Amino acid sequence: MTEAISGATPGQTVGPFFHHALAYPGDAELVPFGAAGSVVLHGYVHDGAGDPVPDAMIEIRQSDAAGVVPRVGGSLRRRGAGFTGWGRCCTDGAGHYWFSTVEPGLPFFAVTVFARGLLDRLFTRIYLPGTDNAVDGLVASREDDGRLRFDLHLQGPSETTFLTFPRT
Amino acid sequence: MTTSQHEISDEIAKIQADSPGGAPLLDFAPYRSTALRHPTKELQLVDPEGAELLAPVFGHSDVAAVEADLTLQRGGEPIGERIRVHGRVLDGDGRPVRRQLVEIWQANAAGRYSHQGDQHPAPLDPNFHGVGRCLTDDDGWYSFTSIKPGPYPWRNHHNAWRPAHIHFSLFGTDFTQRLITQMYFPGDQLLALDPIAQSITDPAALSRLIATYDHGQSEHEWLLGYRWDIVLTGSHATYLEPSDD
Repeated sequence: MTEAISGATPGQTVGPFFHHALAYPGDAELVPFGAAGSVVLHGYVHDGAGDPVPDAMIEIRQSDAAGVVPRVGGSLRRRGAGFTGWGRCCTDGAGHYWFSTVEPGLPFFAVTVFARGLLDRLFTRIYLPGTDNAVDGLVASREDDGRLRFDLHLQGPSETTFLTFPRT
Repeated sequence: MTTSQHEISDEIAKIQADSPGGAPLLDFAPYRSTALRHPTKELQLVDPEGAELLAPVFGHSDVAAVEADLTLQRGGEPIGERIRVHGRVLDGDGRPVRRQLVEIWQANAAGRYSHQGDQHPAPLDPNFHGVGRCLTDDDGWYSFTSIKPGPYPWRNHHNAWRPAHIHFSLFGTDFTQRLITQMYFPGDQLLALDPIAQSITDPAALSRLIATYDHGQSEHEWLLGYRWDIVLTGSHATYLEPSDD
């Protein structure tokens, strides 16, 4: 049964004081750090002056290595849970975020960005290196040690391409 | 010289006359911290694919029932006006968002967060952390018991005060429905002065962030009730329907 809907509830900034509420142990470890077959996805969040954004929060959603998007609980209490395909990381004082995860079989990480000074969430994607048909500019680079690197620029000459979807 | 509330309110009025909108303007100069943190390029429209079509799933192993009562998490009773905030989470077609995670956080009754970064010289409450979680039920209902948060000063301009609010973090059925927002209280005189709330330049849209007093939820000699429903953007469920079988 549906009801009359007058319009979507607007977003508001996550503000500066969210860490004690939204960060939790293991939030960025979709698989344990260093586990066999794991990869680190990391990068820095910058503002329009190129300065780090130390009060941002990044979330990712992804398929497993076989291309299946998991629909299982356990993201908040990971111990004993399987791969949930979702994680969260608050940036540190250098604007750095990181995830320990697996390379998705479907070729991108779906990404949401929140920050103080950012009035509504932003969406983007991070594609695996070598993906055909990736959205321009949204491909991670492979570092010498195997980590995937993708920096996010909220503004400025290297501004990240942010996405919107029908019905949002 | 620091900017006055009068100057900020003037800036807000000028922008609102030009661009009434239902979503917050990301480029909203009266909220000073947006200056270097809003994208200037147009958002690129894409069809959602793969992981974007499925929100993460949370269950009772993720959230304990006690996490919905913010007055029970420490040794004793927190100071302040005890409240219950309840409502439904619906998608853009009016369907309840079932068994999905709702996270909240807020300042205490004196207007201070239990966060190291908050150095506002108002007392911390040892019995109040101000963080809660719950799962919606099969009809999309959520409910939290808490303390009414106080307004607090911030440094956006001279004598700037945030209206009392509770931060809400929500998921839908699609990843693209992700929402973080703030719930305000009815009759708050600070709302009209607040650059964060007023970044939603359509008054009807802003009104959707304001709870209503709900006497039916108030409890005799115990607490005051508020109702606040949340409507996420539409889901893309139709994209999943096979077209050729």
